[in-house]
Amino acid sequence: MSAGFFAAGLAAMALTTYLIRMLPFALFRKKIRSPFLRSFLYYTPYAVLGAMTLPAILYSTGSLLTAAVGLGVALILSWFKRSLLTVAAAACAAAWLTGWLTSFMA
Amino acid sequence: MVNAYRDGLKKGLPIGLGYLSVSFGFGVSAVNGGLKALWALLISMTNLTSAGQVAGLAVLAAHGPLIEMILTQLVINLRYALMGVALTQKLGRFPLPHRLLAAFGITDEIFAVAAAERKPVTPSFFYGLMTLPYLGWALGTLLGALAGDVLPASVSGALGLAIYAMFVAIVVPAAREDGGVGWAALIACGLSCLFRYLPLFSFLSSGFSVIVSAVVAAAVMALVRPVGEREGASS
Repeated sequence: MSAGFFAAGLAAMALTTYLIRMLPFALFRKKIRSPFLRSFLYYTPYAVLGAMTLPAILYSTGSLLTAAVGLGVALILSWFKRSLLTVAAAACAAAWLTGWLTSFMA
Repeated sequence: MVNAYRDGLKKGLPIGLGYLSVSFGFGVSAVNGGLKALWALLISMTNLTSAGQVAGLAVLAAHGPLIEMILTQLVINLRYALMGVALTQKLGRFPLPHRLLAAFGITDEIFAVAAAERKPVTPSFFYGLMTLPYLGWALGTLLGALAGDVLPASVSGALGLAIYAMFVAIVVPAAREDGGVGWAALIACGLSCLFRYLPLFSFLSSGFSVIVSAVVAAAVMALVRPVGEREGASS
């Protein structure tokens, strides 16, 4: 692939993506009054997080077992309101440990 | 201001770790698709989006026309427009120049963390939140492009979990305080699993599946349990 072709493709890609992000974010200034829309926007981030997490988390480590253990640890620790970093680190450590332990059994 | 930046940095760290492992894979496939390592890095530094970059890579590798590139990005990344509007409702003082710069950092994960903030979102906080994900995304791409196998698979696999564990840590405590939030997340989880496993929906890409699941779940909850003036998406 030539550098010129790549540069044109890169510019088209980056510019399109930026404009999609920038235009609504920069230009929208009204306070939304509709109770339905306000409620919709209130629930949206949690719904996005939920949809992004399941089922993708189960495939995030390359092993269903280690991912499930990590998910379990994350659920328990976050139930007790541990910080984002603690939950993330503990879940990774648990997944890694599970993989390490099961490597002896295989 | 410094505190807000540091608060953002902290909340961005798990996202950064997750991006590091995800973009590693992008770097590997970019080089396999005929790109130089530096080009792969440039894509990540100017786009900061996973699904869009993977699709863009396919268009580049197939020597597709520019219009195909533009349409592909438009369809895959349209969700950022919705997120941008939602985010405007959470902003504190956020003048135009800051909006122009911060807009670049609207990704699924950064949006979700910023929008779930209880306090109004300020430029300092948002830049803090963007910093580590941006660096992680760029660094992971470069490492993947230069050497696909620097990390043992067990380590990169476990790191891939970080970002999702963080999502759980955002939703669960919020759901304990407001059951409606928990239901919104559960309905969205259920729908995205349906879309993933029912062959009927196999035409939906994963990016679309997330946005359709989330929009339906949030709309259902907004109808069933509208929130009052105080809790709503106000700043």
